[in-house]
Amino acid sequence: MKRKKREKRKRRLGILFCTLVYLFLFLPISVIVVNSFNATTSKPYMSWKGFTFDWYIKLWENHSLVEAFGVTMVIAVVSTLLATVIGTLGAVGMYRYRFKGKALIDGLLYIPVVIPEIVLGISLLTIFAKVHIPRGMLTLILAHVTFCIPFVIFNVRARLAGYDSSIEEASMDLGANRLVTFFEITLPVLAPGILGGALLAFTLSIDDVIISYFVYGQTKTYPLKVMESVKSGVAPDVNALSTLILVGTIFFVVLTQGNLFHKKSRQ
Amino acid sequence: MARKRSKHEFRANTLPALLTVGPVTAVMVLLIAVPLIYVAVMSFCSIDEFYNVKFDFTLDNYIRLANANYLKIYVQSLVIALVTTILCILIGYPFAYIIARTKSRKKRILYMLVIIPFWTNSLIRIYGWRSFLGSSGWLNTFLVKTGIAAEPIDLLYRQGTTILGMVYCLIPFMILPLYTAIEKLDGSLLEASSDLGARPAATFFEVILPLTSGGIFSGSLMVFIPCLGYFFVSDILGGGNSDVIGNLIERQFQSGNNWPLGAALSIILIAVTLVLVKIYQKLGGDMDSLGV
Amino acid sequence: MGKIVEIKGVNKIYGNNHVVRDLNLSIEEGEFLTLLGSSGCGKTTTLRMIAGFEEPSSGSILVEGERVEDKEPFERNVNTVFQSYALFPHKTVYDNIAYGLKMKKVPKDEIRSRVLEMMEMVQLNGFEKRYPSQLSGGQKQRVAIARALINRPRVLLLDEPLGALDLKLRKQMQLELKRLQKKLNITFIYVTHDQEEALTMSDRIAVMHDGIIDQLATPTEIYEHPATKFVATFIGETNIYDGCITSIKDGVAAMTLENGAVTVKAPEDFSLLEYATISVRPEKMRFSTTPVEGFELTAMVRDYIYVGSVLKCVVSLPNGNELKIERLAGQDLPPVGSRCYPYWNVEDAVLIHNESHYIFEALNNIRLA
Repeated sequence: MKRKKREKRKRRLGILFCTLVYLFLFLPISVIVVNSFNATTSKPYMSWKGFTFDWYIKLWENHSLVEAFGVTMVIAVVSTLLATVIGTLGAVGMYRYRFKGKALIDGLLYIPVVIPEIVLGISLLTIFAKVHIPRGMLTLILAHVTFCIPFVIFNVRARLAGYDSSIEEASMDLGANRLVTFFEITLPVLAPGILGGALLAFTLSIDDVIISYFVYGQTKTYPLKVMESVKSGVAPDVNALSTLILVGTIFFVVLTQGNLFHKKSRQ
Repeated sequence: MARKRSKHEFRANTLPALLTVGPVTAVMVLLIAVPLIYVAVMSFCSIDEFYNVKFDFTLDNYIRLANANYLKIYVQSLVIALVTTILCILIGYPFAYIIARTKSRKKRILYMLVIIPFWTNSLIRIYGWRSFLGSSGWLNTFLVKTGIAAEPIDLLYRQGTTILGMVYCLIPFMILPLYTAIEKLDGSLLEASSDLGARPAATFFEVILPLTSGGIFSGSLMVFIPCLGYFFVSDILGGGNSDVIGNLIERQFQSGNNWPLGAALSIILIAVTLVLVKIYQKLGGDMDSLGV
Repeated sequence: MGKIVEIKGVNKIYGNNHVVRDLNLSIEEGEFLTLLGSSGCGKTTTLRMIAGFEEPSSGSILVEGERVEDKEPFERNVNTVFQSYALFPHKTVYDNIAYGLKMKKVPKDEIRSRVLEMMEMVQLNGFEKRYPSQLSGGQKQRVAIARALINRPRVLLLDEPLGALDLKLRKQMQLELKRLQKKLNITFIYVTHDQEEALTMSDRIAVMHDGIIDQLATPTEIYEHPATKFVATFIGETNIYDGCITSIKDGVAAMTLENGAVTVKAPEDFSLLEYATISVRPEKMRFSTTPVEGFELTAMVRDYIYVGSVLKCVVSLPNGNELKIERLAGQDLPPVGSRCYPYWNVEDAVLIHNESHYIFEALNNIRLA
């Protein structure tokens, strides 16, 4: 009896603690969502002044903000694609072949993961300046590809750890050449790892502030635009757009996760 | 014969190796190794009156770094990072333990709930905190209206607020490795421990903690290091009262326009990173568990 | 029947590791040849060189009279059944089996009819839509075989295909594989470390040891007339005696051993004073309570182990060596601990040149060169 009571108390304490942590995690987001419907007009940090859709309407008029969001998406999609292709090829190649300088590349891969982003940002800034690549879309994409590649590689590598390469031999044995084997066998089997890596790359790309901050030139991404708005004051339309993005991502996740559940139950 | 052999070797090994590893090598060398070396070189340069980088060897930048004002910020930066890391462990460990040990299907949902907030840009979430904590923000409005505080309390522009922002931004990097480590823990080990007479606390210190220490180490590394560079958190929440090394670097590259000095500051950051990574490896940390 | 696979002077060297040494082997069309040996003997490497996954360091391999060592695996008309099955986890049973035909760009309806026919043959009807993860070990095995056979290869290579199955299923699959091989009249090159499996299935067995073939012969020949001490001990149970030939007369040699003296039948290539090894199978061993002519062996009965129809007797020689002797159950036996005199019928023992004999020869060759 006593034991049961103690267990119950422990459980309750655990639930309370977790709830508090979740509250902490979701607090600023709820502030943004609520404020996006807040009718206040002055000062950035206002209390509730009534419900409004004004900011969502204003959003359509604020072309630069929507444009920045478009830039973010373009950069995220392009750099995710590039990083995924380069990273997947690299992971497979490094898993299979032995060559000089492999240890060096292995070491270099960890740099973007551990080094503070600001160091990566300024080092890219200086080198772009040195070789006279004008800052803009190109430099942003190069930077994003660079810091995304290692994460793709680590994801694919984790998948490769449980990979039986005799299935590739079986494929060649049955008459498929190397290229066909890669597309018919290697790629589909590694797909979950590649997809996980791509998703992570995409997330990192749209979330990146610091590295973009140093290489953007005239092409502003959404986070950079937000940074500007925050510094200069009022930004209720930022709240509105952020809310829309949040709803969008949650919708997307529910859709894909539902798909995942479906697949699992079938296999 | 020999030539034919080498052709086979080329088709079977050299060509695929080149095609697969070539691009990643190019990116890693040209956009990681070369820029970092260039930064190292630049840290020994000076600038002319137009703020252009002059390539002559000097130690001036490093001498300037020893300045008392800078030293104060290094210490402050390390303190902020340390406190952030400790807070992340204290909050993250029990939290990760509870969700990793949840048996039902709820576990997946609980896990997703940790990740969802991080799909909103970190900058925007920090901005959300600012709206919450500001002098006319939600918290102050609530405190004043309920009469708990007579007038709004200035919660922004304090070191504590910066730490709050850092903890908020970086805690998933602590929770996720811990979650993985704790989930891997074999439940029968805990039963064995208690079967052998260990009380829960003893089981925790003798079995659970040693087996999950890898998660704590990698989590700490992934929290501590970024903390030194997250300049925008202290910018928005600390308002310049709680600079980290990142702020110093940012200023040299944006407003200050003294790139060699900024480069030297970056070298300090790189050095700190290297030392911490070495310690991490000495503690038996696995570099691969830092990736995800 | 001609030679379908010929291996000529093939060597395979990995760094300092000489895995296959100057291997020569001809495989007849339609035969079931087994490469038998313990792990690391070079049998799998040999198979992989025939398949094209490894390149010989030197020497040549001919399939259907054509040199193939420069050909890629996908250019060779041989197929492989892998030890781990190597089924494509993301493809259904149907797609796994159809893979080879798809690569050959065979029309869809022909693929369909051939796959279904093949599935019928390996008794997998109705499993088309399953994924490999939903199959039992035996079923996976059948898919792997069907997949390799669908291309109608001239030679099928099998790398320990039954290793992962339990004993009962293994026995059943052994018979099925043999039946399939006879029916399709395809040459099988089969790699295994299981001597019983090799004896049951093969037309010929090549016993490999340290990268060379110790003996290449029919199962009966291998069992009854092992060419080397290794073959004798590796295949089945046996009793080994080392000794020196002290006299040869009318094809019968008298030999002195550490523990006494015996007589054996000696082929012509054995000479007086040669050190040689005798191998006697337990079922050929006898023992009596009184001394036997021509034998000076004394032993003590240690133990009797009853295994169904036969009784296994363990007797030990003065130097501690134990002999295994099989007797039909139900016979009168001396009690445990009593003295006995082991012997055999002169023609039941196999005389083998001692390996030191080869070493001696090799040293001579080196000196000559």
